[in-house]
Amino acid sequence: MIYADNAATTKMSDAAVNTMINAMRETFGNPSSLYTVGQRAKEVIEKAREDIASVIGADPGEIYFTSGGSESDNQAIISAARLGMKKGKKHIVSSAFEHHAVLNTLNKLEKEGFEVTLLDVHENGIIDPAEVEAAIREDTCLVTVMYANNEIGTIQPIGEIGEVCRKKGVVFHTDAVQAVGHIPINVKDENIDMMSASAHKFRGPKGIGFLYVKKGVRLLSLIEGGEQERGKRAGTENVPAIAAMAEALKESAAAISNVLPVISARRDRLIEGLGEIPHSILNGDPVRRLPGNVNFCFEAIEGESLLLLLDDKGIQASSGSACASGSLDPSHVLMALGRVHDVAHGSLRLSIDENITDSDVEFIIDSVRQTVEYLRSFSPIWRDLVSGEKEFIL
Amino acid sequence: MALYSEKVMDHFRNPRNVGIIEDADGVGEVGNAKCGDIMKMYLKIDDGVISDVKFETFGCGSAIASSSMATELIKGKPVEDAMELTNKAVAEALDGLPAYKMHCSVLAEEAIRSAIDDYNSKINQGKAPEK
Ligand SMILES: Cc1ncc(COP(=O)(O)O)c(C=O)c1O
Ligand SMILES: [Zn+2]
Repeated sequence: MIYADNAATTKMSDAAVNTMINAMRETFGNPSSLYTVGQRAKEVIEKAREDIASVIGADPGEIYFTSGGSESDNQAIISAARLGMKKGKKHIVSSAFEHHAVLNTLNKLEKEGFEVTLLDVHENGIIDPAEVEAAIREDTCLVTVMYANNEIGTIQPIGEIGEVCRKKGVVFHTDAVQAVGHIPINVKDENIDMMSASAHKFRGPKGIGFLYVKKGVRLLSLIEGGEQERGKRAGTENVPAIAAMAEALKESAAAISNVLPVISARRDRLIEGLGEIPHSILNGDPVRRLPGNVNFCFEAIEGESLLLLLDDKGIQASSGSACASGSLDPSHVLMALGRVHDVAHGSLRLSIDENITDSDVEFIIDSVRQTVEYLRSFSPIWRDLVSGEKEFIL
Repeated sequence: MALYSEKVMDHFRNPRNVGIIEDADGVGEVGNAKCGDIMKMYLKIDDGVISDVKFETFGCGSAIASSSMATELIKGKPVEDAMELTNKAVAEALDGLPAYKMHCSVLAEEAIRSAIDDYNSKINQGKAPEK
């Protein structure tokens, strides 16, 4: 089996699994209890906090554990919005291709009277820091721009956007769920005020994540209760998952310098090979993208059929087609790039890791080529394109 | 649980009656690229009976399987019977479809109606010989 959907989720590393089981067996105490087993559990989560902080260049006191990427995004955005409102600031700057954890939170705030400016992501899926600067107003309380896009993998100029926000005195949050553990990140160098991460995207467990909040930036709690996480996130800590997340992140971060060039080279070969399929197009910048992300549109075929047939060949991938997601519209990310519906339905996302070999890459290229050809052989759109009745878009 | 029934997967993997009929008596195309599924049906009609049917589909697994099953259900049947084919019957013959995929089977029903309408309008205009 070739698992090429690591952007959806990753397989837990052995070390993370072992850490998790160990914590479940050994450190079962409640970290808030003052006796020994409780304090041992407390030590485990504080060690995890230190390890995570050191990977991203933060202080341990700047890390808050959450249930994952969605919760981190919600808390960062809602907190900044409520604090902004107190000062009469009700404007937020974001981008058109954020994850729904961000977009739907912004929608909710719009209904509460906030104004949201969604920046253009251009044809290559990269936001222009000058446009961020131009969008910031007197009443802007937050800029939230994702670090790397989950569908097309494009990496944003986060350091420059952070600099703009710092200069303007606006809080800057980034959803780095797809980036953490995959590319080097330093929150201080990149002027990041708040950053969301999720463990299951870097070979840790599901349902656990963290929010980095720079010292001096205020954070409001969304879940009321006990005093866990310094009063910012109530609820008894998920000790095994926190320990496993830290283990997975240490491991992923340590491997970056070795695996990044290898995965990037295989990504580039995939881009080259799939690009040779007629009437196809790469989505997103060819260079400024995550090492494992490949995203293509193929004209005149539909993505779900492509996925099902690839699955029959043992390749697990993903698509932004409407029918594949169960919604009526194709991916908002591909639409934000300016792809028309006809083309956006025929998308394929491959997100590879170091386990995918060179021969897997060739197998993927051949399989996709054959499957696209087969689906086109009975596509009425393809017939119209070939006969000249319709004009090719790609 | 799998997304689709075995029947759906069988018709998706090995669609019956794929292709075109050059001298079709009725052709119908429904759907649009905006919604993500397009179906085109070609009918050959002899003595009021559908003697041959072929289809082309751009769409998801459910759309391809529904097209295939629909062609099987009307092949060799009188035109009047084909006119009565419902998307429910297509979905049932496939051992069911996920609720959010039912709209894909509606297209199969509509494509057949549209092809029969095309046949009828050709007869009315005297373009197709009534056989
Ligand atoms: C960019 C981005 N943000 C947020 C999330 C949500 O993360 P989680 O599944 O941990 O809630 C995801 C994962 O799908 C993501 O890719
Ligand atoms: Zn469909």
